[in-house]
Order: sequence, then structure tokens, then C-alpha cells
Amino acid sequence: MIDNYIPLAIILGFATIFALVMTRVNEWFGPKKSTEEKQTTYESGMEPVRTAHERFSVKFFLVAMLFIIFDIEVVFMYPWAVNFRQLGLLGFIEMFVFLFILMIGYYYIWKKGALKWD
Amino acid sequence: MSIDTIVFFILAATSIISAILVITRRSPIISVVYLVFNFIILAIIYLTLHAQFIAVIQVIVYAGAIMVLFLFVVMLLNLGKEEMLTEKITYKKRIAIGLAVVMSVQIIIGITTSFGEHPNQLSPLATQIGTVEHIGKVLFTQYLLPFEIASILLLAAIIGAVVLAKKRIG
Amino acid sequence: MEILISLIKILVVMLVLLTCVAYLVLVERRVSAFIQNRIGPNRVGYKGLLQPVADVLKLFIKEDIVPKLANKPLHRLAPIIAIVVSLSTIAVVPFGDKINLFGYEIKLQIASVNIGILYVLALTGLGVYGIAIAGWASNNKYSLLGGLRSCAQIISYELSMGISIIGVILVTSTLQLDKIVEFQHGWRWLILLQPIGFITFFVAIFAETNRLPFDLPEAEPELVGGYHTEYTGLKFGLFFLAEYANMITGSAIVVTLYLGGWQFPYLQSSGLPEFWTSIIQVGTFAAKVGAVLLFMVIIRWTVPRFRYDQLMDLGWKFMLPLSIANVIVTAFIIYLFE
Repeated sequence: MIDNYIPLAIILGFATIFALVMTRVNEWFGPKKSTEEKQTTYESGMEPVRTAHERFSVKFFLVAMLFIIFDIEVVFMYPWAVNFRQLGLLGFIEMFVFLFILMIGYYYIWKKGALKWD
Repeated sequence: MSIDTIVFFILAATSIISAILVITRRSPIISVVYLVFNFIILAIIYLTLHAQFIAVIQVIVYAGAIMVLFLFVVMLLNLGKEEMLTEKITYKKRIAIGLAVVMSVQIIIGITTSFGEHPNQLSPLATQIGTVEHIGKVLFTQYLLPFEIASILLLAAIIGAVVLAKKRIG
Repeated sequence: MEILISLIKILVVMLVLLTCVAYLVLVERRVSAFIQNRIGPNRVGYKGLLQPVADVLKLFIKEDIVPKLANKPLHRLAPIIAIVVSLSTIAVVPFGDKINLFGYEIKLQIASVNIGILYVLALTGLGVYGIAIAGWASNNKYSLLGGLRSCAQIISYELSMGISIIGVILVTSTLQLDKIVEFQHGWRWLILLQPIGFITFFVAIFAETNRLPFDLPEAEPELVGGYHTEYTGLKFGLFFLAEYANMITGSAIVVTLYLGGWQFPYLQSSGLPEFWTSIIQVGTFAAKVGAVLLFMVIIRWTVPRFRYDQLMDLGWKFMLPLSIANVIVTAFIIYLFE
């Protein structure tokens, strides 16, 4: 059964080798006429102001945090969906309760404006 | 040595090396990359133990979701001055070293005492346990209560996330 | 022997995939030209058929420019992650049933594994790193903003994508893509049983592949090139390749999950020789994928772009509840009627 995964290992290895070679090709075949100007950061023709490693909106963290929580919720649903026919009504009620509790949280973040992006 | 054993030792060595690289790299972003790599290797180790569902969940949840948040946080931390992040040895570090020593002694004792007791192969039952179908059957009958409690835990996490970020939004 | 067969399968699939990417770009350029009443590339070879070859050769001999302030190892790692993820996803997609060649029965799928569709989700999740790291390592403001936006967009739509798939699993009771296709024999295509799920999944695929109307990460008027602003030559080429390979894999998965995969209604009972049945099945799969791709290309050139807040609103406030409702309704109907 685990043998089924061997082709996945081969394809991942193949893709990695392909990528490693491809990212070097320009170093082998391309010109090497680097100048100071060429190596500056592109900022639409302006002189770059400071670096890009600045603080950014807390919104992105919030999205990442909420994603983790809902992703875990989704992960629980896969084994449930596969076995749904055998679990029957009990399975339906179980998942309904689970989702209902999470929907309370969803309603909360919506009302708190955490989903508002401006 | 069977091929399984060889594969295991290669994977184990890779995961240990990548774990060491996580804590020795200067740039926190590179540490995150090694940690993601480490999680993927762990997933492959789960896979060799026939725990297919856990293996893919390891990648989806740990490598694909939690580490994205880590990456975001580390990107914010890293404002160009990596020296700012280097720690001096404080009492915290001393306690940590002490705990690490105790822990590794425990692991070594655990491994050496159980050596030779278990045959070097999985029982035929174990190959079936890791499938999605089997996990679903057990989770939604025998372990129903923990599953429902998990939803409350997730609810608490949702509220926590919003409270943490709320000051900025409001 | 098994290993050799899967090696050959992988090589063939990779070659086909890479060729398809090259020609998909050409099709996209020709279609856009047609829509905008231009001519489009038609000089290299007959009707421009050699244009992709010329483009790739040009990328090969470009100079590799890495900005001084960039983090060099990470700058190189980002396109590697992007391309590995996008090329490997195709592995679990069945492109036919099985075929008898030289006395061997060959299954027309690289890997049939128990976790099936979850492998696709796992790789999609890892694809985020390519973009985020590209944005950060370039040390360019456009790149960073593009990378962050793209990450937030991909993870937001990954949720509704994952939940839409649950509707499919509820109906078919399996995660394996080959079994999902077997379920859809005759006209039992899942688009008919899961119309809402199909819509949410397809929209999520658009967002995952950063296609217009969801191409905010590289909205040219504001972010130049987005996360790949600071990439030249083949490193840029790899991002480009990854994007189009994702598009092909994405539509292959849409076809597999909702449009019957390689199923050609009533073909198996038509009494055709087995070999030709297999060939027609592969052809059917290719035709369906081609149709979905053409649809994606036409959408790109006819629909305007979302604003970022509209995009996040659509994902979190509309697609997510809609797909959850779809799961509950599907489960209820299955319980009532079975």
C-alpha cells in the first residue's frame, strides 16, 4: 500500500532536479555584465528609499490565524465525509453540532469586523 | 538491514540535521524554511509507518497553515538587524539547557531499555489503521466527545485571534 | 518493472505538461489578440506555432540579475518551490482508465493513493511559500506587497476549495481521484449532483492560480510585476511556467472532480475494441481539460479585476459560508434518500 507512494517520491525528485538545473541555466549561458545600476532594487525609476523589510498590516496575521483555525475544522471533515454513509443520522448530528459551534465563532468575527478589509 | 530500515535512518538523519539548522541559522526566515522542510520529512516518516492520513495532515496543517503564520510573523520581526535577535545567556537559557539534558537522558533510557523487545516490523493491523476510512470510523464513534470538545477549543482560538488583533482593527 | 513503468509515465506526463504550458501561453496570446482585435504572434513558424520555442530560447540566454539587497539563497529557492509544487500536483490526476500495451496493463495515473485529493491540497498549501519567500527575499516593496497579498488570497480561497471538495467526498465516499471518476460513469457527472460545490470550487481555482479576476498579486498598474518583479531570465520563466502548469493541473482537477474525468457516456457499452476505448477516454479527458482552459483564458480577457477588499469579502463572507451550507445540505439529502 505504501508502495503506491513511490511514484510520488520520484515525481517530486524529478521536479526538484529540473528546478535546480533551471535556476542555474542563466549563470551558464547568459551574459555576465553586471553593473551597480543593474543591481539596485527596482522602484519605478526612483532611487530606492530604505529597504522593503518594513512593518505591514496586522490584517495579514489575522487572516493567517483564522486560516489555521478553519483549516483544522476542514481537516476534521474529511474522515467524516468518507464515512458519512455508515455513520448515518448520528454522523450528521455530530458534524452539525461541530459546525454550529464554529459558526458561532464565524458570526463573532464577522460582527467584530475582523473580516472587513479596508 | 532491510530497505525499510535504511530509508528510516536516512529520513531520521535528515530530520535531525534540518532541526539543528533551524536553531543555528542567523536569519529567522531561513530557520522557518528549514522547519517546514523538517515537517515534510516527519510527514514522510509517518508515511513509512503507514499513517497516511496523519502524514498528509502534518503537511496541510503544520507546514501549510501554521508555518505560514510563523513566516508572516518572522517577516515582521526581521527589520534588517539580525543581531537584535541574538540572545545573551540568561537564567532562562540555563533552565532550558537543564531541561534539555533531562529530556535527552529520558529519551536515551527509553530507547535503550526497549531495544530488542519489539521486532523491527509493523504488525499487519498497523497497515490498516492509518487510512482515512479507519480514522473516521474511530473518531466519530469511539472518540466522539474529544472531537466535539475540539470545536469549542477552536471557538476559543477564533475569539483569541480576534482579541489579539482587535486593537489594530478598531 | 513497476518502477520502470511509473518512470516512463512520469516522463511522458512531464513532457506533455511542459509542452501544453508552452502552447497554452501561445493560445492565451492569440485569444487575447483576437478579443482585442489585434493579430498576435504569427510570424515564428506556421501561424506562430514556433513562438513558444523562441520564447524559451530567449529566456535561456538572458542575464541573471539578483538585486544587491536581496537574500540570494532565498531568492533562488522561491522559484524552485513554486515549480516543484506545480509540476508534482498532476501525479494523482487520472487521465484515463487503463491501457494494454505490449502485454502490460498500465493504469493511466501516476499514483493512486489512499489520501488522493488531500495530496493536492497539501501541495497547494506548500505553494504559498514560493510566493511569500519570493516577495520577501527580493527586498522590493512591490514584491513584498504582491507576495503578501497573494498569500492571503491563496490561503483564504484554499478554505472554500477544501470545503467544496467535502461535498464531492460525501457523494462518492472516497478521496481517491480514480474512484471519484469511476463513480461518474454515464451521465452521473458531479457537476449535476454538486452544482453549488462546482461553482465555489471553480472560483477557488481561479483565485488559487492568481488568474484574473483575481490577479491582485501582480496587478500591473499598482504593483509592477508583483512578487516576481525582481526576477529575470529563467527564474522568472519558472514562476511563469509554474503559474500556467497550475492552471492546467487546476482545470484537470476540475474535470476530474466535477466533469466526469475521462468518462465518455456509454462508451464502455458500445463494443469498441479495448485499446480504442482507452484512447478515446484519454482524448475525452484532454478535450474537457482544453475546454476548461479555454474558458479560463476567455474569462481573463473579458472580466475586470476585483479590488482587494472585494476579493477578501467574496472569499470570507460569501464563498466560505456558501460552501459550508453546501456540505450540510448535501449531507442532509444523502441521509434522506439513502
